[in-house]
Amino acid sequence: MDLILEGIKKACVLLFTLDAEVLRITLLSLGVSGTATLISLILGISMGMLIALKEFPGKKFVISTINTGMGLPPVVVGLFVSIFLWRNGPFGFLGLLYTPAAMIIAQSIIATPLVMGVSVAAIQHLPKNLRYQILALGATRLQMMWLLVREARLPLLAAVMAGFGGVISEVGASIMVGGNIKGYTRVLTTATVMETSKGNFDIAIALSIILMVLAFAVNAILTYVQQQERPR
Amino acid sequence: MTLQAFDLCVERGGHTVIEISELTVEPHRVLTLIGPNGAGKSTLLLTLAGLLKPHHGSLVFRGQAIDSARARAAYRKHLAMVFQEPLLFNTSVFENVASGLKLRGKTGKIIRSTVEKNLEQFGISHLAHRSARTLSGGEAQRASLARAFAIEPEIIFLDEPFASLDAPTREALVDDLHAILCETKTTAIIATHDRMEALRLSDTMAVMFQGKIVQIGSPEDVMNHPADEQVASFVGTETILTGTVSKIYDGTFLLSIAGAELEAVGVVKAGERAVCCIRPEHVTIHTNTPSAHSSARNFFKGIIVKIVPMGLFYKIYLDCGFPLVSFVTSQSLEHLELQEGKTVVASVKATAIHVIKK
Repeated sequence: MDLILEGIKKACVLLFTLDAEVLRITLLSLGVSGTATLISLILGISMGMLIALKEFPGKKFVISTINTGMGLPPVVVGLFVSIFLWRNGPFGFLGLLYTPAAMIIAQSIIATPLVMGVSVAAIQHLPKNLRYQILALGATRLQMMWLLVREARLPLLAAVMAGFGGVISEVGASIMVGGNIKGYTRVLTTATVMETSKGNFDIAIALSIILMVLAFAVNAILTYVQQQERPR
Repeated sequence: MTLQAFDLCVERGGHTVIEISELTVEPHRVLTLIGPNGAGKSTLLLTLAGLLKPHHGSLVFRGQAIDSARARAAYRKHLAMVFQEPLLFNTSVFENVASGLKLRGKTGKIIRSTVEKNLEQFGISHLAHRSARTLSGGEAQRASLARAFAIEPEIIFLDEPFASLDAPTREALVDDLHAILCETKTTAIIATHDRMEALRLSDTMAVMFQGKIVQIGSPEDVMNHPADEQVASFVGTETILTGTVSKIYDGTFLLSIAGAELEAVGVVKAGERAVCCIRPEHVTIHTNTPSAHSSARNFFKGIIVKIVPMGLFYKIYLDCGFPLVSFVTSQSLEHLELQEGKTVVASVKATAIHVIKK
């Protein structure tokens, strides 16, 4: 119990004194996971919408694959991204391994199926004739897609939350492709793992609290926006 | 001619669901597509609106062929559509009615005045700032109609717009729509399975079965002179009798049906098989044999087998050796003391019988 209280105390000290290392780690976590979420939103919503709207052979199989991808283990993603970015790998020439960019790539791969799966379900859940209604109002295909996204904004906000929640809390892929390099690729989750392995439980607890506060703050904002939009 | 369709064929899942050789929609006229569920009315409506690409065939709007994605997109700027579900956006009623105008690039002042005019026209001005999700079914459909008319379409397509509404709301909306269509002179194509609604709104009525238009004409023509037994049954002809022409007179003929003889008007040959269609409103019921001075040529003694209340009137099922159905008002039912098992006489004018040659 003392250990936990000590951790909370330490977290408060680290937060209120604006510890430079903790600030850097927190900002990098936000930057990497935020960028990965953004990429997954662009890819996930556009492809999810295409899959939901188009009829093609094997559509059910594709949706099943996406849904399976929603539970993609981060270590598996980390392993394959490492292989691809390895010095001798297909994309080794880019020199991205053990950089924040590699972490963004891995996290985007983890979050994209989450966003895509929710997007497919959200768009398919809209009335089928809604797309015809929008086109009959004189909309172009692009305007129709935008209006459909706007109509599905409640579940799509849930997709944002699921995507961000999935990547901000993952550790396996980040440590494998980022390497937990101090001042460069160290994020909240990898730092927590490292401090725990060193027996520095107070710092590990402090970092976990910061991580949870961060995740809670982002989700609280998104939930607030979502509930404001909820039909009454 | 506003819109023409030639040789239209729409396939779904390898099956032909629409097969129309030719259809013309005249400007400022209301065409209703009637038929049972699954007849292809909605699919035809979507195809005519350029929202569904036909497997083959062509659409011509004001002399221009709609034969490419670009042409279809341009054509859609001239039309509006209202579905059975109001399909309103999750925003205010005002914003919903303004949505089509915004997509057409209209500016603030024009949007405001047009939206206000249409909200007023459909009696929903007081709902302008309400969320569309809080409206009742009737209010939502009014908002949907206001949104469609706000863009001043040249053609409006309505797909069973009142099917999910309760009877009083539906009647009020049908009246309002009729008045607005007359006022704006908008060309309209309406799909419905409600023949009363079709009768109220149409200039031309097309009856659809299994993806084909089996009859097209004025509502009176379709109702009183159905092309075949299927159409007759759908448009409310309760008595459909098949018999053989036994005698020919000058302009009329006798048809033998189940031991009875029916005098009808038509050009047939003796010995020919024919189908007689009698609408229930054309059958009069008497408690005594009526005066010999009556102009009716057919009198049948029969027993009342069933009386079904239909709201403002009653449906009387008679057994005259063959089944015959009549409508009577509640006043007539009371006055004639009609009840099940009572023997009555039914009369039908020869001119009220529609004959279909077999």
